[in-house]
Amino acid sequence: MSLAATQKKGFGAFLWDYLTTVDHKKIAHLYLAGGGFFFLLGGIEAVIIRIQLIKPENDFISAGLYNEMITMHGTTMIFLAAMPILLGLMNAAMPLQIGARDVAFPFLNSLGFWLFMFGGILLNLSWFLDGAPDAGWTSYAALAMDSPGHGVDFYVAGLQIAGAGTLMGGINFLVTVVTMRAPGMTYMRMPLFTWATFITSVLILFAFPALTINLFLLMFDRMFGTAFFDVSLGGNTIIWQHLFWIFGHPEVYILILPLFGLFSDVFSTFSRKRLFGYTAMVFATMLIAFLGFMVWAHHMFTVGLGPVANSIFAVATMAIAVPTGIKIFNWLATMWGGSVKINAAMLWALGFIPSFTIGGMTGVMLGSAVADFQYHDTYFVVAHFHYVIVGGTVFGIFCGLHYWWPLLFGKILNETMGKLTFWTFFIGFHLTFFIQHFLGLMGMPRRYWVFLENQGLDLGNLISTIGAFFMSFAVIVFLINIVHTAVKGEKAPADPWDGRTLEWATESSPPPYYNFKQLPLTRGLDPLWIEKTEGKGHMTPAEPLGDVHMPNGSFLPFLMSLGFFVAGLGFIYQTDEKLWYIALYGGMAFALLMMIIRSVKDDHGYYIKKEEFEREAE
Amino acid sequence: MIGRMGKFRALFLLGSLALILSGCGKENLTALVPKGYGSEASMNLIILTTVVMSFVFLAVIIPLVIVLLRFREKKGQEDFIPKQVEGNQTLETVWTVIPIILVIIMAVPTVIATFDLADTSEASEHININVTGNQYWWHFDYEDDGVQTSQDLYIPAGERVYLNMIAADVTHSFWVPTISGKLDVNPENVNTLYIEAYEEGVYWGKCAEFCGPSHSLMDFKVIVVSPEEYEQWLADMGNVNPDEVPGDAVAAEGKELFEEKSCMGCHAIGDSPGQVGPNLTNFGNRTTIAGILDPTKENLVDWIMDPESIKPGNLMTGKYPDLSDDEADKIAEYLLQLKETDVTPESAGN
Repeated sequence: MSLAATQKKGFGAFLWDYLTTVDHKKIAHLYLAGGGFFFLLGGIEAVIIRIQLIKPENDFISAGLYNEMITMHGTTMIFLAAMPILLGLMNAAMPLQIGARDVAFPFLNSLGFWLFMFGGILLNLSWFLDGAPDAGWTSYAALAMDSPGHGVDFYVAGLQIAGAGTLMGGINFLVTVVTMRAPGMTYMRMPLFTWATFITSVLILFAFPALTINLFLLMFDRMFGTAFFDVSLGGNTIIWQHLFWIFGHPEVYILILPLFGLFSDVFSTFSRKRLFGYTAMVFATMLIAFLGFMVWAHHMFTVGLGPVANSIFAVATMAIAVPTGIKIFNWLATMWGGSVKINAAMLWALGFIPSFTIGGMTGVMLGSAVADFQYHDTYFVVAHFHYVIVGGTVFGIFCGLHYWWPLLFGKILNETMGKLTFWTFFIGFHLTFFIQHFLGLMGMPRRYWVFLENQGLDLGNLISTIGAFFMSFAVIVFLINIVHTAVKGEKAPADPWDGRTLEWATESSPPPYYNFKQLPLTRGLDPLWIEKTEGKGHMTPAEPLGDVHMPNGSFLPFLMSLGFFVAGLGFIYQTDEKLWYIALYGGMAFALLMMIIRSVKDDHGYYIKKEEFEREAE
Repeated sequence: MIGRMGKFRALFLLGSLALILSGCGKENLTALVPKGYGSEASMNLIILTTVVMSFVFLAVIIPLVIVLLRFREKKGQEDFIPKQVEGNQTLETVWTVIPIILVIIMAVPTVIATFDLADTSEASEHININVTGNQYWWHFDYEDDGVQTSQDLYIPAGERVYLNMIAADVTHSFWVPTISGKLDVNPENVNTLYIEAYEEGVYWGKCAEFCGPSHSLMDFKVIVVSPEEYEQWLADMGNVNPDEVPGDAVAAEGKELFEEKSCMGCHAIGDSPGQVGPNLTNFGNRTTIAGILDPTKENLVDWIMDPESIKPGNLMTGKYPDLSDDEADKIAEYLLQLKETDVTPESAGN
């Protein structure tokens, strides 16, 4: 492939390009498209849930379907929307932020995406085949074992495949940060988003195996007759809860830490000020990640673990407030004395502060074990985690999309529509979820298909549903904005925000596929800002112009994932019909064959010749 | 700027208005007006943590508002480059140490209350009731007094009652918000929760752990009566004769149908053998039918004829032969005449 070959292409070539790409920027596009699709799906499920709860004893949807909705809403939003969109943002920005030409394992990067995509499709196929899973996104074992049909089997197989992809992504980013930093980019000069990606990857590496094991145990129980969770045969369902939350609590930090990193970059950029307390911010992130593994049982205060366990986990939980508080005050101090420019990206970051603070406050309140006896499994908890995940993660994703849209697609999103999206979403979000704190304390448990008449819960639920319509409107405006920008948006310059970090130091927006002709030399924190204020205004190359080694694209990741997808269907249906073992073994064998091909076929990539760069420059 | 603050204010006003209109929720359902030992312990911590956290919220919001008012980019000064501050050790120490102190202020009472509510060492000196959670109903067994019932739990006011809870199928959670926080009802082990209600009354109870299609319909009641009435109730309930034929002719036919149509195979009255479904002793005095419907004959007939339409996924559907309207009517008449005691929900004062 030469530079010229990347120009004009037909649709077929375009599709083939994305099916085989190993370029981190294109994989970012894929993650954002896939995650965005599932985000819309999860959003529709959320609106259906809120319509069902618009009035007491509503019969908009049946109890069984409602349980499928809440299960799929949670599962989709966490595993198929938030995680992949975050992996997309990490892919888009992190390699550039450390001055690298790609991630450490481009092939693995592509495999991670396709595993996620096929896992997500498999999970959602359940809607059309046997009914979706209906045991909640937490899928507590007693109920999951009790659930008839194949719904929960789809949950197990779909998440297993998607989860393997995420684990690969995490390992890849870890190695990338350790080995691929450009000359001068020491650890303590990395932008906070890169730091957060690094620490999040550590969390993925240690948290996901717990989920993998748990899903295997449930799979063996449901499909192969073991009894890990079958109480009548001496099993124990609490094991599921422990393993699930040993994964599940770090997962919450996997969802929020990357955005903490992003917000640090955004506050700093749009205040035109260096991040306040950089070192404290880095260590606070590490501390949050570490403590994130020490608090899982606060999801289980009412299980009956006893006062010693409850007390330890209560105090550990409250302790997380300290590093989180450090971060919030450091952000405020970053803006303090700055020249704060408020655009759509910055609005999301500013809106995040009060919203996430409320989520953090209720988090500490939930950490008080005895108070939690009232909050637990009520709408108070629903309100809390939506304040954290929507007020933190979703606000952050919108912020990141507005901030990095030029990096991703070479255009700036329309500001007016961006602001309209923010304000309607912000108002709708607080309308929907603030009142739910009170609904919970007024006696409304979560996962209730209906609430009864005359229990004082009508008005609160109505307000909550109205808020959901505001948020839907906001998302529609955002979609219009994407189309409008794609059609009418003007080409963005390489550094549209007066940026401070290396992703804005490439020659164009979006960056060329090789990122940097010559790797940049980093002279301190905010390397581009240093060059702009104290240097020549652009990065000094750290190497002479030379040949650039690039990886070849490959269709194998897609095929491998397809093999696992077919095997997943085989696992699910072999309990009905032995013929499905053909799919099970066939799919596995196909995936294995693809792995063998990958192993034995030499693929050394290719070089962009120095002469090509020189020819292009003429 | 004023426009933006206006939006915040409108939001806040709307929120407060909603609160005022709905008050603190339904009496004897809400956790916000505690009337029991456990709910009061929780409420104290809810108030403490809310106050501390509100202070933190102000500490974040006030600087944020000041930033938005004072440090916005000024027109004509787009090129202004602010001083690049690296950090400030004193400030950073302050916002590390103060939160640690706040955490300690909240942690100490939390730990004390956690140990207090988990202390079941005196259980044998108090009333013990065995509770079994079933998809979608609650069984109450007063083992020491030989009394069994379902759905309506009678306890005396001002006394500690120890509930030894286990689930028969999937995990449930026992929650009576106004009297006590919740405790899970697990299939593998007995969890003991003690509750103490301060005032007589009929309190709503709910299942709080997701347990299937009718999870939201697994309501029950806790009926708190005076200690004397409680003793009376126990005595009356211990004296039930399941074979007693009602005087009323229709009800007597209903009783025959109850036995003939295999209702009795699952539903016990008094100490008759059926244990699969809810015990129907004293059914005529129940606050609800199936935990959610008003106790009218019409509702009971509807329930007997088609339970699936009322509680999806319940285990009664399809377990008995089809009944005619007339037969269902007679069975309903029989059940509603099962009144074993004068201690009723009305005795609870409201």
